[in-house]
Amino acid sequence: MTTLSRRQIMKLGAAGLLLGNGFNITAALAEGDTVTIAYNVNLPSWDPTTGLSSVNPTIQSIYRSVFDQFIGQKPSLEFQPGLLTEWGWSDDKKQVHMTVRDGVKWHDGSAFSAEDVVWSLERAGKQDGGNPISFIWGKIGNYKVDGNKITADVLSFEPTLFKWMAFLTGYVMPKAYFEKTGAEGFEAKPIGTGPYMVDQFERNAFVRLKANPDYWGGKPAFNTVIYKFVPDATSRVAEIESGSSDVTVDVPFEEFDRLKAKDDLAGVSTPVSDIGMIFLNNIDAMNDKNVRMAAAMSIDKQAIVDKLLKGYATPIDTLEAPQYAAFDASIKVPYDTEKAKELLKMSGFSTDNPVKFKIQTTRGLKPKDFEMVQAIVGMWRKVGIEAEIEVYEIAKHYELRAGDTLAPAAFYNWGNAIGDPTTSTGFAMFGPSPHSVWNTDDLDGMIGPLWGEADEAKRIAGWKAVDKHIADNAYVIPLIQYQQPILYKKSIKVTPNIAGSPEPSQMSPA
Amino acid sequence: MPVQLLASRALSAIVTLLGVMVIVFVLVRVVPGDPIAMMIAPGASEADVQALRALYGLDLPISQQFFVWFGQVLQGNFGTSISLKQNVMRIILDRLPATLELAVFALCLAVMWGTFIALVSTAWRGSTVEKIIDAFNGVMLAVPDFIWGLTFVLLLGVLLPVLPISGRSDPAIDAKLTTQFFIIEGLLRGQIYFVWDVLKHMILPALTMAFPLAAVIGRVLKSALLDVMVQDYIVLARIKGLSNLRILLQEALRNAAVPALALTGVQFTFLIGGTVITERIFSYPGIGNLAIDAVINRDLPLIQGLVLTFGIIFIIVNMLVDAATAWLNPRLRHA
Repeated sequence: MTTLSRRQIMKLGAAGLLLGNGFNITAALAEGDTVTIAYNVNLPSWDPTTGLSSVNPTIQSIYRSVFDQFIGQKPSLEFQPGLLTEWGWSDDKKQVHMTVRDGVKWHDGSAFSAEDVVWSLERAGKQDGGNPISFIWGKIGNYKVDGNKITADVLSFEPTLFKWMAFLTGYVMPKAYFEKTGAEGFEAKPIGTGPYMVDQFERNAFVRLKANPDYWGGKPAFNTVIYKFVPDATSRVAEIESGSSDVTVDVPFEEFDRLKAKDDLAGVSTPVSDIGMIFLNNIDAMNDKNVRMAAAMSIDKQAIVDKLLKGYATPIDTLEAPQYAAFDASIKVPYDTEKAKELLKMSGFSTDNPVKFKIQTTRGLKPKDFEMVQAIVGMWRKVGIEAEIEVYEIAKHYELRAGDTLAPAAFYNWGNAIGDPTTSTGFAMFGPSPHSVWNTDDLDGMIGPLWGEADEAKRIAGWKAVDKHIADNAYVIPLIQYQQPILYKKSIKVTPNIAGSPEPSQMSPA
Repeated sequence: MPVQLLASRALSAIVTLLGVMVIVFVLVRVVPGDPIAMMIAPGASEADVQALRALYGLDLPISQQFFVWFGQVLQGNFGTSISLKQNVMRIILDRLPATLELAVFALCLAVMWGTFIALVSTAWRGSTVEKIIDAFNGVMLAVPDFIWGLTFVLLLGVLLPVLPISGRSDPAIDAKLTTQFFIIEGLLRGQIYFVWDVLKHMILPALTMAFPLAAVIGRVLKSALLDVMVQDYIVLARIKGLSNLRILLQEALRNAAVPALALTGVQFTFLIGGTVITERIFSYPGIGNLAIDAVINRDLPLIQGLVLTFGIIFIIVNMLVDAATAWLNPRLRHA
């Protein structure tokens, strides 16, 4: 005999009252061949190679569903063949060679070729083409195509070139189709070679994708993928809890713990290539090494992770997370409040006569960002540092950072999906970089030669030495590596992705 | 006289819009946040940054930027969105129908509910019914709309999941419409199921926006009804033996409606402004939701276009309210 709970009866009654017969509620869309994802960001544009959205790491999982990258990337951050099956440098590093995958078709049925690859690279490298990463793509040129083989001259050696081919803006676009439709036509009806094809796109509402039956990597497990754009975290919680969506990401950790304990839901939280850090600007009190060291040593990162982030983060001591190429586990910044007090005393500061400076932070941009800074300020107060908190918007952070006018301390998060030290320590700490606010000759002198270092082992060793030097001098305060909480119905199997959000092609029925 | 009045209103509208244009243009450039700083690539040089600034015309002096934009607006071109890389006018026209349909639906709910509670509490003046309605009205007024939104999401989206809590329509339905006026075009095409689906998606956000407005309408209309109910012509109607219901609906309501209508018009403009938060909570794809993204991304042309659009809507609504008020009240018509 079927029995109904009081709650089920209430649901049925209310549904009947509100909707009448014959109309089903919008829920439980995961009916075998469809997966609905309540996603945390909107998709502003379908061109993954130009404009602001092309450098937004969170959007990449949608782009990767429709387009293929030159070089693929596994969920573990390892590289794998994409539309290029082989790639590499000549021995003298003056040329690159690439082999293009055979038998690939665009979503409109036309054949993909090496011409598409060359056109995409040349378009990406144009300085006035709107590609924010053109400074990388412009470092090779004079392409020559021979069947599915491409060679190009190295105009300026860039050791991370091939890593970027699996990262931001590293997508292959359809030459003939784009030239026929133009940018606006492409926005209206985008095509790629990826595992899914765009079926319907309601801007700011949803995108519906259909499986690409001819995908070179095999037809994906779900026939239909629906991304609902739900930027509000509370609404995403409601989406997954009500059953309206099958998968969601980036919900508050308290809700994550509550919801993953439910019978029909599962949750996984894995480290992603995103870290929380405190930028130090070499102005005012931060010119005093004792103050910087004391500030770094008096932060109990493990307590922050355990109490504020419910254990869903990993403390770090350099800007390299454990999965990154230049991670060195031997570099440690100890938590030592007594040592911090000693250092401050050497500079004439104490709890009675604290050193004072401002720390800037966002509020709500990242999980517990403001609360973390509040906790840090509380820890600092106990050793003789009095920091005044200023809350600002992320747009202001970018403006201040670009103008090198951040406060002496500023909380920020930094992504690095290719795991290379240039895209973490490099751009964050090299004085001439528009993203760095630390400008000292000793550090720039160490970093400078590494940009063009051709010997990979020597290059990575060099970056580790840079990280050690930074830690020894507390030029920045690395805090934590973030985790991304993913909630999903137990009827679905989801593979977490260290590079960012989970991708539909890595989901399947459980 | 009407021609002079019309000309005066049109002139006033133009001056208002000019003021809005200047203020919004200056404001978005004064507040912290540089859209170019948000787009700077990791390894960009100063020359790259300047090239990017020039690409979006942000390298010019502010006064020159304003006149370039002003000239474009006069030709019906609001510029190109920095974040969406599309024509701003096209983006807004694409989203505006969603907001208008939602706002009108919310207004209808608010007017119906507000009128109902005003009539009931006037008819049952002095009774427990009036006290209950007044208390409920007070709660509707005191609770901010976003709290209503979250409450509805929790109650009718999660605890009793009977209504959709995000979007404008079920992504599984492809209605193949050619305009963004889903309800109007859906009805014209006879796609009743799709229209019903759109209405279901609109119920919770519309209720969220309607609740506070319904409380205001109910309170003002009730107050006006109470004033009208002691007038001589109402006493005369009673002497004639007309029923209370007929007096209330036929004699009192029309005269009492004038102040409520004027207020409703003003509140409708606030209601459209209120779509910003409500659309975000319900992931509703209107211009309110768009405005939040535009501000986050410091998309200056889009922010300017949206504020100008809001300004135009406010002016049009106010003119319509003036016309309707004059139609209802002959004294104003001949003033």
